[in-house]
Amino acid sequence: MASYRVVVVGGGLAGLSATMKLAELGAEVWLISLTPVKRSHSCCAQGGINSVNNLTRQLGDSEWAHFEDTVYGGDFLQHQPPVKEMADWAPRIIDLMDRLGVTFNRTPEGFRDQRRFGGTLYPRTSFAGATTGQQLLYALDEQVRRWEVTGHVRKFEFWEYLGPILDQNGVCRGCTIQDLVSMEIRTIPADALVIASGGCGVIFGRSTMSMACNGSAVSRTYQAGARYGNPEFIQVHPTAIPGSDKLRLMSESARGEGGRVWVPRKPQDPRPPHQIPEHERYYFLEERYPKYGNLVPRDIATREIFKICTQEGRSVEKDRLCVYLDLTHLPRELLDRKLGGILEIYEKFQGVDPRSVPMKIFPAVHYSMGGLWVDYERTAAGGLRVGSPRNQHTNITGIFAMGECDYQYHGANRLGANSLLSCIFSGLMAAPGILAYVKDGDQGARDRLPSSLFEQAERLHKERFQEFFRRPRDGDNPYLIHQDLGRVMTAAATVVRHNEELDRAYEKVLELEARAKRCALSDTGSWTNQNLVFARALEDMFPIAKAILRGARMRDECRGAHYKPEFEMPSITADDPAETRRQAEAWCDRFAENTRRWLKSTIATCDPDGEPTIHYEEVDTSLIPPRPRLYGVVGGQIIEEVWRERQKPQVAATV
Amino acid sequence: MTDSNGSQRQGSHRPREIRVRVRRQDGPGQTPYWETFLLPYEPDLNVISVLQKIAALGKDAEGKRVPPVAWECNCLEEICGACTMVINGRVRQACTALVDRLLEQQPDEIRLEPMSKFPVIRDLVVDRARIFATLKKIQAWVPVDNYLNLGPGPRQSQENQELAYLLSKCMSCGCCMEACPQYLKIEVPRLPGESEDDYRRREMEITNRAFMGAAALAQIDLFNSNPIGAMNARERLDVLIGEGGIQVCGNAQNCVKVCPKEIPLTTSIARMGRAATIHMVRRWFDL
Ligand SMILES: Cc1cc2nc3c(=O)[nH]c(=O)nc-3n(C[C@H](O)[C@H](O)[C@H](O)COP(=O)(O)OP(=O)(O)OC[C@H]3O[C@@H](n4cnc5c(N)ncnc54)[C@H](O)[C@@H]3O)c2cc1C
Ligand code: SF4
Ligand code: SF4
Ligand code: FES
Repeated sequence: MASYRVVVVGGGLAGLSATMKLAELGAEVWLISLTPVKRSHSCCAQGGINSVNNLTRQLGDSEWAHFEDTVYGGDFLQHQPPVKEMADWAPRIIDLMDRLGVTFNRTPEGFRDQRRFGGTLYPRTSFAGATTGQQLLYALDEQVRRWEVTGHVRKFEFWEYLGPILDQNGVCRGCTIQDLVSMEIRTIPADALVIASGGCGVIFGRSTMSMACNGSAVSRTYQAGARYGNPEFIQVHPTAIPGSDKLRLMSESARGEGGRVWVPRKPQDPRPPHQIPEHERYYFLEERYPKYGNLVPRDIATREIFKICTQEGRSVEKDRLCVYLDLTHLPRELLDRKLGGILEIYEKFQGVDPRSVPMKIFPAVHYSMGGLWVDYERTAAGGLRVGSPRNQHTNITGIFAMGECDYQYHGANRLGANSLLSCIFSGLMAAPGILAYVKDGDQGARDRLPSSLFEQAERLHKERFQEFFRRPRDGDNPYLIHQDLGRVMTAAATVVRHNEELDRAYEKVLELEARAKRCALSDTGSWTNQNLVFARALEDMFPIAKAILRGARMRDECRGAHYKPEFEMPSITADDPAETRRQAEAWCDRFAENTRRWLKSTIATCDPDGEPTIHYEEVDTSLIPPRPRLYGVVGGQIIEEVWRERQKPQVAATV
Repeated sequence: MTDSNGSQRQGSHRPREIRVRVRRQDGPGQTPYWETFLLPYEPDLNVISVLQKIAALGKDAEGKRVPPVAWECNCLEEICGACTMVINGRVRQACTALVDRLLEQQPDEIRLEPMSKFPVIRDLVVDRARIFATLKKIQAWVPVDNYLNLGPGPRQSQENQELAYLLSKCMSCGCCMEACPQYLKIEVPRLPGESEDDYRRREMEITNRAFMGAAALAQIDLFNSNPIGAMNARERLDVLIGEGGIQVCGNAQNCVKVCPKEIPLTTSIARMGRAATIHMVRRWFDL
C-alpha cells in the first residue's frame, strides 16, 4: 500500500483529476466531498472546453494564440507562465479526455467537432452535446472509482472539511472533517492537503452556481492563514433565467442566433409582450450599440441590462428585475434545430415556451476569478517546471489549491470554455509536484506527530459545533440572514460598483455577520443536521464577502469584470484629426499610468478578527506586454494606433 | 390562456396558500410521520424553493416550531441527480417539479415522500450508496493504460457518439430503480460490535447479490460499446449474467417511463439481453 497520503477536498473536475493522477503516481488519496463527487457542480457546465486543435491550426491558430486570447480576455491580470503552460497542455488534455471515453461530438468523418466561443476567432471549443461539464466529470469520476476499487483512493462523501491542521511551524499536517449524516467529527493526518472546492457564488444569494458552492472550504483555509488573490473579480453572466431558488444560465447562443433584447418603452407596461407594438418596444442594446447590437461583449451586455432595470427603472416586472430576450420572430424550425437543448431548459423551469413568448432574463453571478493565492515555478522559456512542489502551492506549506477556487488562470475576466480546462489542467499538472513535496518532506512525519495536535483540532471543532446548540432559541434565522447577505452583495459588488455603496455594504455585512454569530437553530438534533451545517457555512461566508468588498473598494479603476464608472477611461470625443490625436495621446498616457498603478494582484490576508488586510503584488507580464482592451471604446482605432507606435521602440530595445 | 406576464399559466386557479405534506422520519429505523406546512402562494416556484421556504419559516401549519425538512440537492438544473423524491406519488427530480403545474394536477396539496427503495437517512434524504457500489461491480469505466500523452482516442461515427451520449447522461438519480418492481429495498442493520469497515464489507456483499437495476444494465451497454471499453466486455458480461444481473429484469418497462434524462433503458436492456444469450452460449462451449 502507498505510504504517502494526500487529502483532496472537493471532487469536481479539479479534485478528481488531481486524485486520479496522484493515485497513478502511487499516492494514497482520501477524497472529501459535501456531495457524492458525481454530483459536483462541474456537471452544470454546458458549453465546452477550449484547446487548439488540428483544424484551428490550419486557420492560423496556435497554443500561443490561445494563451494570448486568455491573457487579453483577462485584462492582463494573471501571471503569464501558468497560462502559457495551460494553453500548451490543452490539446493533450482533450486527447486524454477522449481516451477516457468522453462523448465529444463528432464530424461525419469521425473526428472531434469544435465550435466557436466568445473572445476568440477560432473554433477551439470541444463539446459533448449540451452537457460537456457533466460528461467530463463522469469520465473522471469513473477513473477515480477504478482507483477506489484498487484501494488507492478512499472517498468520504457527505463529509465536510472544517479546516486544516497546522503544526507549530505552520506546516499543514492534515485536516478536520465532519460526517454530515452522523455528525461525527474526526481528524485525518495527511502529508499534503489539496483544496479543490470550487466557486463561492452562494455568497451572492442566488447565482448560476450549485448549492455546494458556498466557499466554506476556501474561507476556512483563508482564516487559517492562506492568502486570497483578486477577491473582487466576480464574473456576471448577462443572461440568466431568474428563479426563486436559482438563476439558471441562458446561453449566449440565443443572441447569437438572432435573439433581441428589449423592454417596453412605458415602464412596467402591463400588456403581454406580443400586444406591445414594435414602436413601443425599446431595443436598448441595438439603439445604444448600433454596430454590435445584441451581440455586444458579455460585460457590456451585463452592464446595460443591469442599468436599464436598476437606474432607469424599466424592468419588465414591477417586483422583479428582468428584460425580454425575444426569439419569437425567428422560425420555429430554426430554433428547434439550433437552440433546442437550451430552450428546453427554459421551458422545463419556467413552464413557458420561449418560441412563442419572449423569455425573461437578468444578469447573474457566474464565476469567481479570484481565489486562494498559489505559487508556481517558471522555466526560462516562460512555462512551468512541471514536478516542482511550488506549483499550485498556497503560502501555507503543505496546502495546495486548484480549480475554480484558485486565483491563477483567468485574471480580471474568464473566457468561456476556459474554466473546465484550467480545472483539469491544474489537477493533472500539480500532481507530480505535490508528490515531490511529500517525498521531499519529513519522511514518516505523519506517524511521529504528537497526538495532541489532532486532539486539539478535534476539540476546537467540536466546541464550535456544540456552541450552536447553546444559543438562545430566539436568535435570527440563518436562512433570512443569508438572503440579506445575498441582496447586499448583489447590489453593491456585482455589475456596477460605487465607492460609497461599497462602504455602506461593508457596514451592512458587518452587522449581518454579528447577527449570524448569534443566529438560532430550528434543529437541535445531532443527526443529519442540515440546519447547523448551513448556519456554520453562513458564518464562514463573511470573511470572503468582506475580502470581495474591500478589494473592490480599494481598486479605483475599471478592469475586466470590475467596473467603477467613476474611474472609467474616457472615449475620444473630437472629430478634428489633430484634436483626436491629442486625445488619443492623453488616453494612452492615462492608460500607461493606470497600468503602472493597478496592474497588480490584490492579495487579501485574514486578520484574527476576520477582517481582510490587502496588499498588492506585481504580475508577471513578461511574455505578452499589456495593451488596452478596446472592445466598444469610441475612438478605439486611433488609440490603438498611438499605442502601437509607442510600443515599437520598447520592443526594439528589449530584443 | 395567457396572463398579464405573457405566460401561458392559468391565472384563475391560484390559491392564496400552498399546502405541503411531507413524510418525515427522524432517522434510520424510526417510525415515519406526516407533517403539514403552509406557505403563501407565489408564482414560479419549484419544490426546491418550497423546501427552502419551509426551512426559512421554521414552523408547521399549526405554527409549531419544527426542525426544517432534510433533503438533498445541488445543481437545481436536473443534471446532478441529487434531488430525487416521490412527489404526489411519482418519483422525479424536485428541482424540475414546478409548483404551478403540480397545483393544476392536484390543487389541494403537494405531497413529498422519500424514495421507498433506499434506506431513509432522514426525512427526504435516502442512502443511495448502492447505486455507486453497482458501478464498481460492473466496471463502469474505460480501462486506459495510463494518463500520459498517447494521442487521441479512437475515431468514432456520429451515430456511435449519439448513442453513447444518450447512455452516458445517466446521473445516478435512482428514479428507474424506484419505479422498478424487481428492484427491492435492502437495509442492512449493523451488528452489535461490528466495525465500520466490516459492516461496509458485509453490506457490499449483500447489495452485490441483489438486482443491479436498469441504469447499471444501460451502463454495461455503454462501456461495452466503447472501443476501448469493449476490450474487457467479457468481464462485464460475466457480471451481466451473474447474480443480480439481467435475468432478474421482468421487462416491466416502468424504468424507461420515469427516467428524467430520457435514456432508452429498455432498448439497452433488450440489447444486453441478446448479448447475455450469446455470452452464455459462448461460455458454455468455451468451458
Ligand atoms: C451554469 C454554468 C455553466 C458553465 N459552463 C462552463 C463551460 O461551458 N465551460 C467552462 O469552461 N466553464 C463553465 N463553467 C464554469 C465551470 O463549470 C466551473 O468553474 C468548474 O466546473 C469548477 O470546477 P471545480 O472542480 O473547481 O469545482 P466544483 O465542480 O464546484 O467542485 C467543488 C467540489 O468541492 C466540494 N466541496 C466544496 N466545499 C466543501 C467543503 N467545505 N467540504 C467538503 N467538500 C467541499 C464539493 O462537494 C465539490 O465536490 C460554468 C459554470 C456554471 C455555473
Ligand atoms: S424493464 Fe426491467 S429494469 Fe426496467 S422496470 Fe422493468 S424490471 Fe425493472
Ligand atoms: S437511468 Fe435515468 S432514471 Fe435511472 S439513474 Fe440514470 S438518469 Fe436516473
Ligand atoms: S438538484 Fe440536481 S437534479 Fe435536482
